[in-house]
Formats: sequence, structure tokens, C-alpha cells
Amino acid sequence: MTTLDDRPAVVEPPHPVSPARQRRRPANPRTWLRGGGLSNLLFLVPMLLIFGIFSWYPIVQSFVMSFQKTNLVTAPSFVGLDNFVRVLQDPLFFTAVQNTVWFAVLALLFGYPLPLIAAVMMSEVRRAKGLFSALAYLPVVVPPVVAVLLWKFFYDASPTGVFNSILGLVGVGPQPWIQSMTASMPSLVLAATWAGAGGTIIIYLAALTGVSPELYDAAEMDGASIWRKIWHITLPQLRGILLITLILQIIGTAQVFLEPFLFTGGGPANSTITILLLIYRYAFQNSLGGDYGAATALSLMLALFLAVLSVVYFRLTKSWSQN
Amino acid sequence: MRKTKLAESPDRGIVSVAEWAKPRTRRTLRTSHAVLLVVLAVSGLGPLLWLGKAAITPTQDTLRTPLAIFPNGIEWQNVVTAWSTIHLDVQFANTLWVAAGSWAIQIVVATTAGFALSILRPKYAGVLNALVLGTLFVPSVVLLVPLYLTVLDVPFVGISLINTFWAVWLPAGASAFNVLLVKRFFDNLPHEIFEAARTDGASSFRLFWSIVLPLSKPIVGVVSVFAIIAAWKDFLWPSLVLIDPMVQPLSVRLPALQQSIELGVYLAALAISSVVPILLFLVFQRMFLRGAGLGGAVKG
Repeated sequence: MTTLDDRPAVVEPPHPVSPARQRRRPANPRTWLRGGGLSNLLFLVPMLLIFGIFSWYPIVQSFVMSFQKTNLVTAPSFVGLDNFVRVLQDPLFFTAVQNTVWFAVLALLFGYPLPLIAAVMMSEVRRAKGLFSALAYLPVVVPPVVAVLLWKFFYDASPTGVFNSILGLVGVGPQPWIQSMTASMPSLVLAATWAGAGGTIIIYLAALTGVSPELYDAAEMDGASIWRKIWHITLPQLRGILLITLILQIIGTAQVFLEPFLFTGGGPANSTITILLLIYRYAFQNSLGGDYGAATALSLMLALFLAVLSVVYFRLTKSWSQN
Repeated sequence: MRKTKLAESPDRGIVSVAEWAKPRTRRTLRTSHAVLLVVLAVSGLGPLLWLGKAAITPTQDTLRTPLAIFPNGIEWQNVVTAWSTIHLDVQFANTLWVAAGSWAIQIVVATTAGFALSILRPKYAGVLNALVLGTLFVPSVVLLVPLYLTVLDVPFVGISLINTFWAVWLPAGASAFNVLLVKRFFDNLPHEIFEAARTDGASSFRLFWSIVLPLSKPIVGVVSVFAIIAAWKDFLWPSLVLIDPMVQPLSVRLPALQQSIELGVYLAALAISSVVPILLFLVFQRMFLRGAGLGGAVKG
């Protein structure tokens, strides 16, 4: 699993109807004050300030700015859909979308089946189970920047590079890794999978403990083999969580930034430039000054796509939690 | 899914007791587990052990024979140089500051907001709740540019937070996820206690400080772990707002070091940056793994 968020699924429980909710205060200022209106507000001040300035205001701003020309020197002016048109006409836009999709597909190929297989195997371990999980999760706790920089050194293309030395032991010649247009993206995904797979394994392990033992008992009555039990019970029972990790992984990979930024800077020849890297270039690596309009326009388009996925994700987690 | 239990393991797994008893099945399972253990050890632990080794190996040895183990002795000087000459101690302290401040802001915002939205419940709580929930659907990428411009010139105040820790601390507090997590926890507390305290004349502040906060230790623990890990890991945002190396955390400083310093020292710097998170993981293993497993624990 690649850049899977660390955050667990938020599930709203059915609200217990509290008596507090039924207390309704009249609009009169004095009764409002006596009813605790002021202290209510005081408790909300930290949230209102922080969310107001650092969440709600920038969200509104991003809508406004995507229709504006902003350069921090002159006053912003509205330019209609110019920013969107400019982004869509940028030849790099198509490359970035293509690369991001390629990254996502490779991440699914590398990072989706492996954690599942490992978790199913680990769930049957009887002794030192903790050691297995700890080893699997260890790469996840390494700071991502360290992981990327370490792998960047491993990917050294010279014959004395770490990976090339290992390949040399088994008689394979040195590979170019991140310096080749074709091998760079798979190399990035390999490193990302190493850094993220442990988290997915732990999620699957937790889900596996939820499969009811009676189902296996019943299958055995019918003479099912171990394989058939995995295929007909375990996997169908994990269906829900598999879909959730799939969506989370797509949401994560669509925003991939760290790997291309630190490994290759988008190269060689833009073969690893991703959507987020393009946004970064528009805004912060522009010799002509930040093109904030184009950056927010592209962010907004990506966000729209991700928001649809998030809604699906929330629908799923919610409907399952109500079962 | 329906019966996800985190703490307790089931009475049995996929393989039954009868199947375990068959010698052939047992041999196959044991062998596959041994193979899995070796694979996990080599892939999970291997690169980190290598980093630990390279951190105290002379640069020339690492360059010429990266796989050899100390062919020409140990070079402790790498670590010393990285810490004191390169002044990684500064960025190390900065990382602690960034994590501590982000943690404090997140706890204050999440507990006060959770308390107000779940227990005090003013009339407008529903609207605020929806506004907070809504931000969950907005990926952080949308905020990147407008948030940067906000921090560059904070509305109403008109100051720039660039190169101050506040630029990382304050936006970290705007975590809808935290607020929802805490609110959900408060929703499930027995509300009779609060009513009783109210009847005894406890003010909202007293209710918050003496009753709700002591009850919310478990959820504060979860939020704390997430907050500290996130602060230690974050790169993109701090790299935009903390430009001066003297205020940068480790993650932001490391990429800049790769060109400018000797390889052995650089690898020692990478190792130093990973020590604290790895130690924290080894000590609080159960908490980490439970936090990670929470993603799958869709509670019924």
C-alpha cells in the first residue's frame, strides 16, 4: 500500500438522544447569558479561530483564486476560466495525469495483493505473532523523508550501488533505477510500497480477527480445504475492508508528491512528474513568480475527483458500521 | 466486518485444530511462516540495519563496498560531525518543538470543540458540525496554495508567520478528523453524569475540567499519538513555511544536506533522524499497531 493515510475510518455512531439536546434556550440575551450561551461560545473560540483562518477561509479562497490572476504584486483580478484553460492546454498537464495514473496502477499491482497475502499468512501464525507485525510495521515508522533519501542512495546506478551490488551477487548487471525513463516510476513505487505496506497489513490483520469462526467450522463440515476456506470465506468476509483500502490507496496515490519530488524532481524528462508536483511547480518553482491561479485551478480539479471518492468512502464506512 | 473485535483474538483461525494436527499441513504451514519471517526481516529490518551500519562506516568503504560490514573499522566521527558540526542538534530540537506545539494546539482545539459540540450543544452546533465534517472531504492539496498565502499574510492580523513555528502549529489544529474523533467519544459518555453535575451547580468550565477531561484520557492518547507522528513525518508544508535552516525540522533539512556534506556524515544524519520514531515504536508498539488497526476496525 502506498501513501495510505494513517487516519482510521471515522464512523458516526447512532446518537444517543441526550436530555441536554432537548433544552432549548429562548432568544432573549439575558436568558441566553444565564443559560450558558457565553461559555458555550468561549469553548468554541479555539475551533472557530483555527478552522476559520486555516481551513474555511483558505477553502473559500481556493475557489476564488482559481478564477483570479494573483501575483502578490498587483491586486488580484478576475479572469474567468483562463486559469483552467491554461492548465488544460499545458502539455505537462496530460503528462502529469498520465504519470499519476501510472503510479496509482503500479502501486496497486505492487502494494495491493502483497499485504493481503502476508496478513492472511500472519493470521495463522501461532507463536511470536507480535514479532511478525512489528517487523512488517517497522518501515512505516521511519520518517518518509529518511526512507526516500535512503532508497535514493540504494538506487545508485553505479555498479557499486547498494541494489546493484546485491544484483551483482546473483549475476545480474547494474540497473539504471531512477535514472531511466522506464524504470524510474516502478522504482518510486517500489520504495513507496516498502514504506506503506506494513500499515495495510495491520489493517487486514485487525479485520481478519473479525471473521467469525463459526463460518470456518461450517465450511469444514462440508469438507472444505484450507484454500477453499480462504477463497470462499476469508476473502468475501474481507470484501468491505478491501474496498476501503482500495479507495484510500487511490486517494493517497492521486496526491503523491514526496517520492517524485525527492527521488527525481519529476525527471528524467518529466517521466515522473505528477499532478501534485505540477501544482508545486506552478506555485513555488516558477521563475516568473508563483502562478497561483493555475495552481489553485489544478488543485480544484484534483480535489473534485478526490471528493467524489471520499463521499463513496464515507458512504461505505457508514453503511457497514450500521450493519 | 460485523463483529470486528480488536483486542481479543478469535478462538480459531482459517486452519482448524484437526488440520494443524496433520503432519504434512503442519510442515507446509511452518515452512511458509519461516519464509515469511525471513522476508519480513530482510525487507523490514534489513535497510534499517544497513543504515545503522553505514552511519558508522568510513565514507570510502560505503562507496566502494556497500555490502561489506566494517572492512576498515568503525568511524564514530560521522555521528559526532553530523550532530555538532552540521548542527543537526538544532533541527532535532526544532522537530521536538514542532511536534510538541502541534500536539498542544490539536488537543486544545479538539477537546474544547468536542466538548462544546457534543455536551454543551448550543443551537448552532449542527451547523458547525456540518462545517467541520465538510472539511474532511476537502483534500489537503486544495489548501496548499491558499493556506500558504494565508500564512504569508494572516487575515485581520496582517503579519507573516513564515519562519515561525506558528506556521506549522496553527494549521495543524484545524484537523476535522480530531474534532470528530473526540466528539464521537464524548457522545458515547454517559450523559447522566453531566446532568447530575449540572444539577449540583457545576459550571461548564468545571464540567469540562473536572469531569470530561479526566474521562477522555483514552481518546486524548489516540489523538496525541497521531499528532506527534504526523508532525514528525510532515515534509511539504514545513518545507514551504520554514525556510531558514535554524527553524527547520529534520525532515526539511535532510534533503538539503545530501549535496553539501560527506556521504558518511549524511547517512549518520539519516540514522539520527530515524532513531526517535523507531524507539517510540518499539516502546509503544501496542499503541502504534492498535492505532494502525483502527483503520480497519469499523466498530459495530
